[in-house]
Amino acid sequence: MNNAKNEKMHEPFVRMVKRDGMSRKKAWLIRGLSIVFALLFCSVVTILLTGQNPIKIYSTMISGAIGTPRRVWLLLQTIAMLLCISLAVTPAFKMRFWNIGAEGQVLIGGLATAACMILIGDKVPAPLLYLFMFLAAIAAGALWALIPALCKAKWGTNETLFTLMMNYVAMQLIRFFIVKWEVPKGSGTIGIINQDSQTGWFPAIGGNLYLLNIIIVFLLCIIMYVYLTYSKQGYEISVVGESENTARYVGINVKKVIIRTMILSGAVCGIAGLLLVGGTNHTIATTTADGRGFTAIMVSWLAKFNPIVMIFTSFLLVFLERGSGEIATVFRLNQAFADIISGIILFFIIGSEFFINYKLIFRHSHKEVK
Amino acid sequence: MKKILALVLAVLMVASFSTMFTSCGNGSADFKVGFIFLHDENSTYDLNFINAVKTAQQNLGLTDDQVIIKVNIPEGQECYDAAADLVDQGCSLIFADSFGHEPFMIQAAKAFKDVQFCHATGTRAHTEGLSNYHNAFASIYEGRYLAGIAAGMKLNEMIAAGKFKAEEAKIGYVGAYTYAEVMSGYTSFFLGARSVCPTATMDVIFTGSWYDEAAEKEAANNLIASGCKLISQHADSMGAPTACEAAGVPDVSYNGSTLAAGPNTFIISSAINWAPYMEFIINSVKNGTEIPADWCKGLDAGSVVLSEINEAVAAKGTKEAIETAKAALTNGTLHVFDINTFTVNGAKLTDEHLADVDTDENYTPDTKVVYDGYFHESEKRSAPYFDLRIDGIKLVNEKY
Repeated sequence: MNNAKNEKMHEPFVRMVKRDGMSRKKAWLIRGLSIVFALLFCSVVTILLTGQNPIKIYSTMISGAIGTPRRVWLLLQTIAMLLCISLAVTPAFKMRFWNIGAEGQVLIGGLATAACMILIGDKVPAPLLYLFMFLAAIAAGALWALIPALCKAKWGTNETLFTLMMNYVAMQLIRFFIVKWEVPKGSGTIGIINQDSQTGWFPAIGGNLYLLNIIIVFLLCIIMYVYLTYSKQGYEISVVGESENTARYVGINVKKVIIRTMILSGAVCGIAGLLLVGGTNHTIATTTADGRGFTAIMVSWLAKFNPIVMIFTSFLLVFLERGSGEIATVFRLNQAFADIISGIILFFIIGSEFFINYKLIFRHSHKEVK
Repeated sequence: MKKILALVLAVLMVASFSTMFTSCGNGSADFKVGFIFLHDENSTYDLNFINAVKTAQQNLGLTDDQVIIKVNIPEGQECYDAAADLVDQGCSLIFADSFGHEPFMIQAAKAFKDVQFCHATGTRAHTEGLSNYHNAFASIYEGRYLAGIAAGMKLNEMIAAGKFKAEEAKIGYVGAYTYAEVMSGYTSFFLGARSVCPTATMDVIFTGSWYDEAAEKEAANNLIASGCKLISQHADSMGAPTACEAAGVPDVSYNGSTLAAGPNTFIISSAINWAPYMEFIINSVKNGTEIPADWCKGLDAGSVVLSEINEAVAAKGTKEAIETAKAALTNGTLHVFDINTFTVNGAKLTDEHLADVDTDENYTPDTKVVYDGYFHESEKRSAPYFDLRIDGIKLVNEKY
């Protein structure tokens, strides 16, 4: 009796236990419910903060994301760019290499593209220029990822800090080149590169500026899926990610895999920079990547590194971003309100993963079981 | 189950395609105006525009549905996309506020010929030759000059109180870039200060950004440490005003009052009031009258305004001195860039001087701007083009 009393005192009010074997059906039910709860909670917050009708808020959100043909194209283009960067970070993350330097790798790829357009745009024929832009962007992005990977493989440096720092180096480089190439001098902007001649601009398929980017990223998505799921290299990435020791034991050269995968990751980021500068923006600024290098990490994790599922997670995030941006515009709220709404929804979605993987056991219920 | 979710999302995407065909035109023939701003109200620069929109909207009796404000639009393709989206929503007039928006606004103006595009601070309207693209600015150098008078009088007061010697009267200025808009601003400010405090000199530090709170604060602190007795700025964050308040150094602000951040150091601020221009373009589009390629008005039109003077900090008689100078500026007896009040490399400007008014990549000086004894700022195009380095002002760093 006394013993039992002691045991009771030591037991915390609530503890979490790892769940295993939850059925897929139940897991998706929880995920679905989390979105429903998130929307309900957002409604309450919206009413309290703004006094607006939540139905009106949601219809504004939908119209903001897909209300006009242009908005649908913009949505698809934004999804494509986010997806492209998410595809880039995925192999690294799957390998448990914390590459948070995608932002910098995209920027440097964009910078290389812009450099080609500005410096050799009028000196070489168009097909050659596109080839140079492509190679330069890939090489620059890969280099930006290779440096931290080499240091990690050689000296065991912390890749999180290293890749993060490389972002700032890339940003400062861009600031430097803006000062070099700015028009007019002192304005702090490069302006549209080759606005009149359109040299180095990607062709607009059927008059649509975004279609080419969308197609390229879609193909990239399928290639990445096949690479990760069916290729030997993709399998090596998984093994290194699960356990480096196991990988070593089965004879995988871990350093080689790390370096090879980071080059791939950086190169795809470089392609994202190429598409942003050559395909749509036709200029380069420190805001060109627009934080997508970080959002991409979320897209990749939410999709559990599956490139096909990433189409939907990036759709979800971009839909939220564009829709809530429209809410802020229409109801004249600060843009922070849009971030609050997206934040709440993401919090619920990520929170649901906790309940899928763990269960809470309360002291109370424990006693009842006894 | 996963399949079902994928299916649901796929259906949603397909639905999005179908809505795009049904919700195109929204039918209403109402007048609509759209605004594109670089940041939101946390930037003093954009706040100034947002407040002007609200004033204009109220004065003209427009509803919220007729006035669409898009904030946080970067200087990239996003600007074109925002403009195109505003056209889709039925706007017949679109305004953008940041210099870097200009090429994208021109691109939009070329694509949507029946919509009027107006752009603040831009330089290309008078050479681009588009009938639906216009630039605007205000003769803010007049406001800077008057704010400079308040600064000079404060320096005089501190000299008289024995805080430092007359020849130590150095002003510190935090600038963004070595760009004509900034240079015209600090030069007119300095000329105003020197018109009342003849021994005044000035140091300028550039931050290389229009908005970088940490850099602006650091620049202000460096200026104070190097012996500057008063600070002013042309950069858009609260960095300089807060640094001044912490160090107890008087501050002449820009873009609107920073009294709340510096109750013990803020003297006065000059700002452009964009409401008169916004009302003008809205009325022009409604009445179908033409908008000039360049528009630049000043004190008399209410486009350049001064904030309330913080009497707790300002020198005695500041208000009166400003009123006198303001009257002289408006009736044309006083000119800010009077060539008798400054020298460049020890020499007075002559009528032969040319300024780079038409933007080109080589910055070729192309237009005569000095005649009748003064430099004619903002008359050949709306955006400032005074970019001379006059004697008495030292540029500490010129890298930007």
